Formats: sequence, structure tokens, C-alpha cells
Amino acid sequence: MTEPAQSNAATAQAEAMTWDSRQRRVVMLYVPLACFVLILLFPFYWMTVTAFKPNAELYDYNTYNPFWIGSPTLDHVKHLLLDTAYPRWLMTTMGVAVASTCISLFASTLAAYAIQRLRFRGSQYVGLGIYLAYLVPPSILFIPLATIVYQLGLFDTPFALILTFPTFLIPFCTWLLIGYFKSIPYELEECALIDGATRLQILRRITLPLAVPGLISAGIFSFTLSWNEFIYSLAFIQSSEKKTVPVAILTELVTGDVYQWGALMAGSLLGSLPVAIFYSFFVDYYVSSLTGAVKE
Amino acid sequence: MSATTAPTWVRARRDPSWIVKLFDWKPFLVFACLFPAVGLLTVFLTYPLGLGIWLAFTDTTIGRTGVWVGLENFEYLLEDRLWWGAVFYSVFYTGVATLGKFALGLWLALLLNNNLPFKSLLRAIILLPWIVPTVLSAIAFWWIYDPQFSIVSYVAIKSGLTDTNIDFINTPWHARFSLIAANIWRGIPFVAISLLAGLQTISPSLYEAALLDGSSAWQRFRYITFPMLLPILAIVMTFSIIFTFTDFQLVYAITRGGPVNSTHLLATLAFQRGIAGGQLGEGAAIAVSMIPFLVVATLFSYFALARRKWQQGEGND
Repeated sequence: MTEPAQSNAATAQAEAMTWDSRQRRVVMLYVPLACFVLILLFPFYWMTVTAFKPNAELYDYNTYNPFWIGSPTLDHVKHLLLDTAYPRWLMTTMGVAVASTCISLFASTLAAYAIQRLRFRGSQYVGLGIYLAYLVPPSILFIPLATIVYQLGLFDTPFALILTFPTFLIPFCTWLLIGYFKSIPYELEECALIDGATRLQILRRITLPLAVPGLISAGIFSFTLSWNEFIYSLAFIQSSEKKTVPVAILTELVTGDVYQWGALMAGSLLGSLPVAIFYSFFVDYYVSSLTGAVKE
Repeated sequence: MSATTAPTWVRARRDPSWIVKLFDWKPFLVFACLFPAVGLLTVFLTYPLGLGIWLAFTDTTIGRTGVWVGLENFEYLLEDRLWWGAVFYSVFYTGVATLGKFALGLWLALLLNNNLPFKSLLRAIILLPWIVPTVLSAIAFWWIYDPQFSIVSYVAIKSGLTDTNIDFINTPWHARFSLIAANIWRGIPFVAISLLAGLQTISPSLYEAALLDGSSAWQRFRYITFPMLLPILAIVMTFSIIFTFTDFQLVYAITRGGPVNSTHLLATLAFQRGIAGGQLGEGAAIAVSMIPFLVVATLFSYFALARRKWQQGEGND
């Protein structure tokens, strides 16, 4: 930035703020930004390239350029879909994610409504309790949960996951929805109360329709979080065909000392795609829920 | 709206069945609304937390209910070099990774806060590492860290930085730093996007005022951006610290605690002893030993929040 003359410092600096020299902008802004994007995306690129490379190219960097695919092949994907239980794993993961998302959404909508709108005595403490529940990480809970799941006879069934995932989904969703309900004017509900609507009618016909964006954000977030979950799925599921994608890839596809990198990468790519696609439809909701939850 | 609600309203007045009345009675309604969430959290969160603490004082193994052994598990852990190693690496991992994530994340947030073309697309791309399942991206890193076919080694050799393949995960310190790098890679997007949201709430008039006073760019960052960002920074950092300290997936996927147990975090050690080894009591003790660290991190968040209220001169809420 050029140093402005002392006499008209204010105007010159104001100009300096709005008008930076082009070169400076490139060096200070676009180059670092490009580096960030490159590094953040490279593992995905590498995953994709590996997934479609034939084995001959995969392990020979001297004759083939590793950054490009000479003759793309679907062998790894075919192997994954036809020779392994991958489709089953995908279905299980999808089912578990959808079910636990629905349970969490239902429970946390009601809870958030009660805490934010019904204004009973002690509602703040319930809210605080749910906030604290979010700070309890699964790594502390998985051992006692494993014994509970076993005692309930849910061990090695999808219900073990469907019922335990809400423990980290509900606190987050409730928290997000409390913030969302707060932004809906209370006067609307008062009007409805005067018109003689019951509390549940108000929730169903006034609050919920207005909170749809919040519900979508919470739903997307829950879905991706359950898709990501690892430690519970690893600890509570034993039989190969009932595993979720992340666990199955790590425990079923890694066999022996020779890693099938092509199949591993194809599996990772296919396992990431559903969340990535889902996410791309709702990016804005996702970002707003992420930032909204942090700001609350 | 009124056209659709009116008929129901009339019916409700004419015939308020007992169930409608019950659901309009506030104490019952509060109970009914809170029941699913609080019930699930009590059964699958509060109870296991208590059970976990109890298990830590017993010698339970898989398939056998244990008896109370007092502090025996903890006494054993205090003499266990592996546990001390895991404590050391957990603290080290959390410290270095958090520092890296926040330095780079803040930088990225400041870059994104400029006027850019395709801003929302850029934001979407940057969040990708965060939404893709951690284990799957960890496997990609595992492949990138491959001792023989690492692409990073290839590039380094081609560009003449080194003559041999880089060793990423086969010696303790290399493995430790490789895992931290992967963790930072995954953490940057969350930090950057959260901080970007914080940056966007800072009023431009503050910067204008500072410009009129003849401030430098560094001064504007130090005296406006940073203090205004502090509350959100504190929250994001608390979350990041808690979830980095209790991280499991990344280490389990890439090294499983090896080489020679040098990269065990407390969570992976607890899994190895508790689930894989079947010593539930000892595993629970390891998991419980994480709690003091988490409490410190949470208090940090609490006091940072209290400070924010004090700064803004507001009452509660």
C-alpha cells in the first residue's frame, strides 16, 4: 500500500481501502486462496484418480504419469459392487442415517418448542443441560454404551445405532432449533392463542411452517453426522453384512498385507458421494446451520 | 391462514375432547414435549456416563460382571507407560493441531472475507473436507502416506527435494506429525467458515472510523477484528479442542496407534483395551481419565462467554 501524503491522509487512505493495486491483490489474496483450495481438494482428486486407474498404472509411477489416468477402468468399482457386500453396507448406512435423523428431528423439535416457547420454570436449565450433553464426546460413552446395548439385546442390530446416534444429534438439533424458534415473532402465536387455537395446533400450523428452513438445516446436519459416525458402528456391530460404510471399508476391505488401493479408494469415493450430493443441494442451509449454531 | 383454521377452531370449541384438553394443559404439554428428547438422552447419554464412571472402578470384562476394585484401575494406569504415552500424544496432538487449524483457518477466513467472484461456490468447495466422512478421507490420507507409492514422495523426488521416499507413518515422530497434518486438513474448513460468519458480523463503520484515525492494516486486525472475533473464536476453539482431544477415527484409520504404540490417543487406547481386548473396566478407566481435560476446556468456554457478556454490557441473554 502506498503511503499517502500527510495532508490528505484521510481521503488517500480511504481510496487505498477501496482500490488496491492489482498485483498486490493477486499475491496477497488469490495465490494463498488457490493454495488452500488445491490442498483441501487434493485428497479427493487423488481418491478419484486412484479409483479409476488400472492396477498396472497404480503401482508404476515411472512409465505412467501418476496425476492422470492413462486408460480409465471401472474394475475397482465393479469389484466393489459385485464381489463385496458394498451395496448392503450402503443401504444399511442410509437406513440408519435416515431413521436416526427422523427420531432426532422429532424429539428435538418438541424439546426446542417446549424450551423456547412454553416458558416453564427451569426451561433455561433444561436448555443448559442439553447444551452440556453436546459436549460429551462419543469416545467417553462407547464402552458403557456397548454394555447397555448388549443388555438390551440390541448388539449387532441396526437399532443399536438408530437409538444411540440421537445422543449426539438431539443436542445439536435442539440447540439449532431453539435459535430458530427465537427468530419467529412470538406475537404470531399470541394471536393464535387469542383465536382459540390449542398449543399443538399452534406448533403444527404456525411455528413449524415458519421454521422449515431450520428443520431442513437440522435434518441435513443430522444426516451427514450419522453418515460420518464411526466409533459406535465399530463397537456395536460385528457381523460383516450389517456394518456401515465407513467401518466396513476399514475392516472388510483391508485384507492381508497387500492393500487393494484401487478398491479402497473406489469405496471411499462411493461412500462420500451420497453425503456430497446431498450436501450440494442444500449448501446454504448447511452453512447457515453451522454458523448459526456457533453464533447462538 | 384464517380460512383454513376457522373450521377446526369451531369444532374444537364445540367438542373439546379430554385428550385435547390434556394436551392444552401446560404442565402435561411441557412434559410430553420434553419426554422424547430427555428420555433418549437420559437412557443413552446420562446413564452411560454414570455407568462408565462406575465401570472404571470395577474389573468388568466382556461377558463377566465385575466387582468393585476401587482405584486399582487408575493405579495400574498411572504405572502404565502406554497410558502416559497416550496422555502425552493426546495433549500434543490437540495442542499442535488446534494451533495449526486456527492459524490457517483464520487466514482462510480473512481471505474469504474479501470481495471474491463465485463466493458461495468457493465456500461450498472449502467445506467439502468437513462433510465427507472422516474415515474415508483418512483412508485417502493413508494412501497418500503410503511408504512406497506416496504421491508426495513422488513430487518431492521429482522436484529434487529428496532422493528417497519420505517416511510418513513408519517411525514414531513422523507418524505423529502426519496424523496432525491430516487432522488440520480436516479441521480448517469448520474453523474458517465459522470465523467467516463472525467476521461478517463486524460492522464496517468500525473499520472506517479506524481508517480515519490513520490506522495500519495490522492495527485494524489487532484492535478491531481480533477483539470482535474473540467470543466466537472461544466457542469454536472449545469445540475444536474437545473433539480433537477425543478424536478416534483418524488415528484408528491411519495408524491404529502404531508404530510401536507411539500414536495412541486416549480414545484409541480405550478402544484397544476395552472393546478389542475385552477389559471393559480398564477401558472405561482410560475413557474416564479424559474427563478432567474436557472439564478444563468447557470451563474455558464458559469464562470466555461470561467475558463476552461483560464486554457488551448486557444482562443475561
